[in-house]
Amino acid sequence: MSTTTPATARTGTGTTGSTGGTAAALSAARTLATAARVLRQLRHDPRSIALMILVPCVMLVLLRYVFDGSPRTFDAIGASLLGIFPLITMFLVTSIATLRERTSGTLERLLAMPLGKADLITGYALAFGLLAIVQSALATGLAVWALGLDVVGSAWLLLLVALLDALLGTALGLFVSAFAASEFQAVQFMPAVIFPQLLLCGLFTPRPNMQPVLEAISNVLPMSYAVDGMNEVLRNPDITGAFVRDVLIVAGCAVVVLALGAATLRRRTA
Amino acid sequence: MMNSIGAAAIHARGLTVRRGDRTVLRGLGFSVPPGQITGLLGPSGCGKSTLMRAVVGTQAQVTGTLDVLGRPAGDGALRARIGYVTQAPSVFDDLTVRQNLDHFAAVLDPGRSRRAARRETVTRAIDDVDLTSHADSLAGRLSGGQRGRVSLAVALLGTPELLVLDEPTVGLDPVLRRDLWNLFHRIAAERAATILVSSHVMDEAERCHRLLLMREGEILADDTPDALRARTDSETVEAAFLHLVDQANALQESAR
Repeated sequence: MSTTTPATARTGTGTTGSTGGTAAALSAARTLATAARVLRQLRHDPRSIALMILVPCVMLVLLRYVFDGSPRTFDAIGASLLGIFPLITMFLVTSIATLRERTSGTLERLLAMPLGKADLITGYALAFGLLAIVQSALATGLAVWALGLDVVGSAWLLLLVALLDALLGTALGLFVSAFAASEFQAVQFMPAVIFPQLLLCGLFTPRPNMQPVLEAISNVLPMSYAVDGMNEVLRNPDITGAFVRDVLIVAGCAVVVLALGAATLRRRTA
Repeated sequence: MMNSIGAAAIHARGLTVRRGDRTVLRGLGFSVPPGQITGLLGPSGCGKSTLMRAVVGTQAQVTGTLDVLGRPAGDGALRARIGYVTQAPSVFDDLTVRQNLDHFAAVLDPGRSRRAARRETVTRAIDDVDLTSHADSLAGRLSGGQRGRVSLAVALLGTPELLVLDEPTVGLDPVLRRDLWNLFHRIAAERAATILVSSHVMDEAERCHRLLLMREGEILADDTPDALRARTDSETVEAAFLHLVDQANALQESAR
């Protein structure tokens, strides 16, 4: 133990090895504790909850009457937006919430305790995922039943895609918060990360109509598959192969970005 | 030093920390005896907080040997055994005092079956820092000193063997400061915990069992308050500290 190896190098084994046995068994409890805590924090901020849940609904109502004369357009754009809203809201909420955790010192404190990084990330994803369920269910229900959004497929599939989009938004927000030094910067990441995807996702024009380079770029952006998935449900009565592919890609991206987000959490900082 | 290395709660040899291109700690060697209060004193910017972060295992770029409670600093098994209070209060402003402590307690001692035990430690920790009447207030609505005490209460959860406290009494009134120091002594005596506490306030130094005096990333003295005063022929620790700093400055001048 009294060698002169760098202490940083030795912690590598310490973090994974010694707590591995108990931490793995108990992480469910710590994950749930984290999720409960995040929800409890939100409960002290009812205005944010109201904005998160109501704004997408208001936008859909607005959209419905903007396209009052062309219900076909509302169907296409409305379905796409049902996938995009949860992504954007959760991106914003998560990036700010985790940034606050980083800057307030509570992240350092939690990581100095026996809390696994996966516990923390999963806890956040759970809490915001729950919020996303409420938001997506309300928006989807409103669009399909009250605003007459005409979907050929099942509304439940719309909800599924919306949920995965929310998870993707949470993952992206978590990841991006590592590169923001202030809440000001975190908000600026929204146009940087979300807007290009919004322009290229096929909302404004079908992706095959784009300039080939842009189409190729849109092929590697996850939001494209979120919108494609929504459109599959819009047009097909049954679950199509393309729908399954879209859903898997969005879910896969969310998991990969969540893992990248976990990698940005450092127990030791300069 | 007067303690055998094996029994020391913290043992450092050749401990060096770099932050960016600046060397903040330069080859420190010292031992902190277990079950005692060791004060870490020195002008601001001398590396006190960095040393504490290294002990807790949150500091990157640490080289040399640093053993804490018999394990290398930052070892995963140490996380439940160390209570750490940062200089700026690190609590959730949008949770109440009790909710804050509930959460940290659930991380330290998780599981539904431990709920009753957790409630007890949380209530005790709130009482320890004298915040019982504010238990249901949002942390963000409390005064600076009160938020600092919430942060301290978090470190008291789960009966840690080592408490690392970075200026825990800054901005507190004399009565509260006295009460907290009594609490530190009680914790050291009753729970046989080791306490490493940094401070600017020299009259607090008199209340420590041992002192580490730091200056510009080096340790000037490692001794008991009595021995320091005797060695420098001073009335107070403050005078002893100033004497040692002047001496070190003079030495540096003449070396140039």
